[in-house]
Amino acid sequence: MKKLINDPADVVSEELQGIAAAYPDRVRVMTNPNVVVRIDAPVAGKVGVISGGGSGHEPMHGGFVGLGMLDAACPGEIFTSPTPDQMLAATKAVDGGAGVLHIVKNYTGDVLNFEMAADLAREENLEVEAVVIDDDVAVQNSLYTAGRRGVGTTVLAEKICGAAAERRRPLAEVARLCRTVNENGRSMGMALTSCTVPAVGKPTFELGADEMEIGIGIHGEPGRERKPLATAHEVVELLAAPIVDDLPFRRGDRVLAFVNSMGGTPLIELYVVYHELHRFLAGRGIEISRNLIGPYITSLEMQGCSITLLRLDDELTALWDAPVNTPGLRWGA
Amino acid sequence: MPVSYRQVRDWVRAFAAAIAEHKEYLTELDAAIGDADHGINMNRGMQAVLGKLDADESEQGDIGALLKSVGMTLVSTVGGAGGPLYGTLFLRMGASAAGKQELSAPDVAAALAAGVAGVCSRGKAELGDKTMVDALLPAAEAVESALTDGVGLGTALGKAAVAAREGMEATIPLVARKGRASYLGPRSAGHQDPGATSSWLFIQAAADTLAAGTCDRAE
Repeated sequence: MKKLINDPADVVSEELQGIAAAYPDRVRVMTNPNVVVRIDAPVAGKVGVISGGGSGHEPMHGGFVGLGMLDAACPGEIFTSPTPDQMLAATKAVDGGAGVLHIVKNYTGDVLNFEMAADLAREENLEVEAVVIDDDVAVQNSLYTAGRRGVGTTVLAEKICGAAAERRRPLAEVARLCRTVNENGRSMGMALTSCTVPAVGKPTFELGADEMEIGIGIHGEPGRERKPLATAHEVVELLAAPIVDDLPFRRGDRVLAFVNSMGGTPLIELYVVYHELHRFLAGRGIEISRNLIGPYITSLEMQGCSITLLRLDDELTALWDAPVNTPGLRWGA
Repeated sequence: MPVSYRQVRDWVRAFAAAIAEHKEYLTELDAAIGDADHGINMNRGMQAVLGKLDADESEQGDIGALLKSVGMTLVSTVGGAGGPLYGTLFLRMGASAAGKQELSAPDVAAALAAGVAGVCSRGKAELGDKTMVDALLPAAEAVESALTDGVGLGTALGKAAVAAREGMEATIPLVARKGRASYLGPRSAGHQDPGATSSWLFIQAAADTLAAGTCDRAE
């Protein structure tokens, strides 16, 4: 294992110290339990928006704390859900009297821990709503699985809900918007290489030099199929066609197109992918009216990408365009 | 002879030792169908529990409070799905044993049944979903039915350990319906469930510690 770390056991705590040192104008970092909190939280009269999940997906979630996005993020160990005491501490830290929204990615651990946290918060008379994001079309939804995984749409939901909360929309409204984003967002990812969890020390899965995994999860979970390595053109077909067919996105739809690096894929390749995606969608009569390109929901050093499409209306577009000032995402502020 | 506070504490310590010993094995099982962290997470949690128990050498005490404290420690240190599930297991056992300084054989059966019911409802899992429940539920049922048959607690827990082990092994051919393994669909078959495996260690630790000095000689 080749990594720029000190001790595998200290990666998360040292990362948090780095964030605290780098962005003292925007966030403060609580320890025991670990929470990244917006510097001016709680904001009186504003719905608090929190999220959390395993570490290893940076900048999600801690990098999205700040004006116009998250009020707090709960980082777990790498690829491991955070714990209810973290989520409870975050909920209390951001409660400005208008209630708190929990944005939860659909993984069994995340859901169970957030459910326990919501129970504990309600016992303390805090108003909490939780919305689960499950946008990964690689996983067939059925009664017999834990359901679709939460991936790229989570980033978009955090931005849009953060903007709505900033406009002092009430909790029920912010939660409704979160569900709307989830209902209109679909994603799928792929990997060229595995990632290595520092505490494990070896690659999570084996992938031959001439192979790729289509439908990969953000923790290296296997996807739909393993295939011989193909061109960016073919890969975009393999990812975008199931996404478009699933919602389905229709001719005339306006979308936000999010091309994400899994961590190890450079921006130059993301632009190649974006070019292919642009052509693919144009061929289907789907207009990209907003985009986001870069590493935003990563999987350690994994090479690969994911594509997320979100169908936009005027309301979602305005909230997407609203000012945001976080370590990981910033415009207009 | 009823189960003492010290024996329950020994049970927790024996479980921690078994998790530490099998940490890599649990993580390997999890790497095959999950996210390769079960052994690491459980060991982190049980080491935290051991740290809390470190100073505790008392012979007597509130068993319910002891189990509740173990549960709260696991909830705040394990993460993943294992944290809330094992946390709930110990919290519910603690609620069942609240205020008790010692446990009769039916008390042990009731605490186990309450804990296992908690795991089922927290995880919304049933027998055959390829989860912890596949080891825990047959074990809890084995204790109850053995006690109904009139055997001592030692024999009942021995049967429970066998039932847990069989339940764990029976997860191998199953297709997972809960947790991350469920995303694999048919590809999850052929692998033993890591949660069921740690749950077998938990029941085996009970058989190894709670039965000592109990009334099997009456058989």
